[in-house]
Amino acid sequence: MSADFLQFLFSGITQGACYALVGLGFSIIYNASQVINFAQGEFVMIAGMAAVGLIDAGAPFVLALAAGVALTVVVGVALEKFAIEPARNASVVTLIIITIGASIFLRGAAELLGGRGFRSMPAFSGNEPIVIGGAALLPQSLWVLGVTVVIIFALGRFFNATMHGKAMLATAYNPVMAQLMGINTRLVLSLSFALAALLGGIAGVLIAPLSLTYSTVGVMLGLKGFCAAILGGLGKPMGAIAGGLLVGVSEAMTAGYLSSAYKDAVAFVIILVVLVVLPGGLFGGRSVERV
Amino acid sequence: MHARLSFRWLIAAFAIVALAASAVTASAAEPIRLGAFLAVTGKGAFLGDPEKKTLETYVEKISGEGGVLGRKVELIVYDTGSEAKEALTFVKRLIEQDKVDAIIGGTSTGETMAVIREVEAAAVPFISLAGAAEIVEPVKKWVFKTPHTDRLAVEKLFTDMKARGLTKIGILSGPGGFDKSCRTNAMALAPAKGLTIVADETHGAGDTDMTPQLTRIKGAPGLQAFLYCGFGAPTSIVAKNVRQIGLGVPHYQTHGSASMSFIQGAEGAAEGVRLPAAALLVVDQLPADHPQKAVATAYRDAYTERYKEPISTFGGHAYDGLFIVLEAIKRAGGTDKAKVRDEIEKTNRFIGADGIFTMSPTDHLGLDTASFVMVEVKDGTWLLLN
Repeated sequence: MSADFLQFLFSGITQGACYALVGLGFSIIYNASQVINFAQGEFVMIAGMAAVGLIDAGAPFVLALAAGVALTVVVGVALEKFAIEPARNASVVTLIIITIGASIFLRGAAELLGGRGFRSMPAFSGNEPIVIGGAALLPQSLWVLGVTVVIIFALGRFFNATMHGKAMLATAYNPVMAQLMGINTRLVLSLSFALAALLGGIAGVLIAPLSLTYSTVGVMLGLKGFCAAILGGLGKPMGAIAGGLLVGVSEAMTAGYLSSAYKDAVAFVIILVVLVVLPGGLFGGRSVERV
Repeated sequence: MHARLSFRWLIAAFAIVALAASAVTASAAEPIRLGAFLAVTGKGAFLGDPEKKTLETYVEKISGEGGVLGRKVELIVYDTGSEAKEALTFVKRLIEQDKVDAIIGGTSTGETMAVIREVEAAAVPFISLAGAAEIVEPVKKWVFKTPHTDRLAVEKLFTDMKARGLTKIGILSGPGGFDKSCRTNAMALAPAKGLTIVADETHGAGDTDMTPQLTRIKGAPGLQAFLYCGFGAPTSIVAKNVRQIGLGVPHYQTHGSASMSFIQGAEGAAEGVRLPAAALLVVDQLPADHPQKAVATAYRDAYTERYKEPISTFGGHAYDGLFIVLEAIKRAGGTDKAKVRDEIEKTNRFIGADGIFTMSPTDHLGLDTASFVMVEVKDGTWLLLN
């Protein structure tokens, strides 16, 4: 029984960490622009597809991973420069629709360049499962968890101890005031897309050995990541992480103990309940209506 | 006034005669128009892409060799992007604008089911390339299909399990139409075959980890074999997850996994997985006296020569659909839709890539379990079992 529980927990935490990384991207862009970037899942896909393509073409493993992530950052910045920035005077809803359009474009482009099949990336440290308390854990899951922890600390440091990070936070709190204080809010917007793409890209290469990679792999991950971000309180990085883990673990526990048929439903019910009780999300605090 | 009126009538009459005459001359040289709607992009692309390439290869070849009944064959392909709702739009266009003589397509069961009502109303011969049995059961007048049904696959699998003395089966199925239909058939067929389903789990669209479900299946009392119903990336993920948790019982999948992507994506975890597949999959291992050896070899050579990529059995569905229609048109002596339909229904011992087709008014597929071979993944490739 406890071995089963551990197995479900491993699955849930690994999945949750993936959702958290995607959810973080949503939060970072939302903070800088109030925009919900629905191409976030595609960042995950691009990194995975590019890295696998390069590995198949004979590139060294680590270099291929780095190039995949780098390409994703380039795409993220390009998305901001050529699609979001020209329309920055448009309403937030328009910008969100632009990101949906961009996600469809990116999926199409990936299919043209990377083919239509699905492919796997070799795991970083083999496929031999590690048995802990009767439950089997893949080394790749440890990579996912470990890197997520590193990212959480790095992000914390970035936001609290660097000028750019503080500028991003300031812009999130009050864009007009931030601008008056001499913060280049346009640069902050670019930076937020770069950072979100970086996180998506890292998530992409981390989970490609588990999820495999194909042009539509980001759709569902994007949706779950979005749920994570909403659940934790949109715009709260720590909230996205907690939300991701909560969604992942509750999915796995439902599939394990209740019925796999209700797996997705339970995750969404939790989101509904949390949002009814705490409209701002777990970490959102009380929202104050301004008049 | 009176004279002018009759002159007008004369011109009108002349115009009508001229038009009719031109229509007659046009129809003699008019090409046979075949319409196709396929999932060339999107999640079903690994099926739709080889289907499209197969149709294009052979339509080009046939037209180059003088066509059918002296008429060229024209192919119109629309890409549904794997969306069932798009399928209906394209089928309407094929029928109303392109005025095709027959329709091939519907890569997935969802796309096919979405258009059946339209095709039946318009009375156009239609050959689906999708798996589920519900497409031709109950029989619909204008609807045929070429791929083996999931029921045939399940029957073949259960026979193999039974022969190995495995009677307690755990099933995991995905969210697609094919997956669900496979599961339903397995549930329905198990009692008749003397098998018991001891675990029945599902996973969602885009899921990347099925270890919780597999852990439950592993815990099912008396489990002797595991069957996964699904296709695409999850086939490989399931194989990896099975290895991860060490399920420890024979692992079966369906013909939905019969592509090299499955083996490569599973990175070694597919070893030992058994599945039913079209003979095309193991064309080189077929004995020389196998009835499909010649057809399968010719198809493989034509496809690989043109596209420089390995064949998949999915392209074979399109090969069979195309030739069953063209043979029927030949026998009907033209493209009269009702006659072509009747001739398709009379298809008798047509040797195709998927098997040997013998259709009837009660069977719009025309294959039996003999059209499947059992294969096992061994050393990263398929091994024909006898």
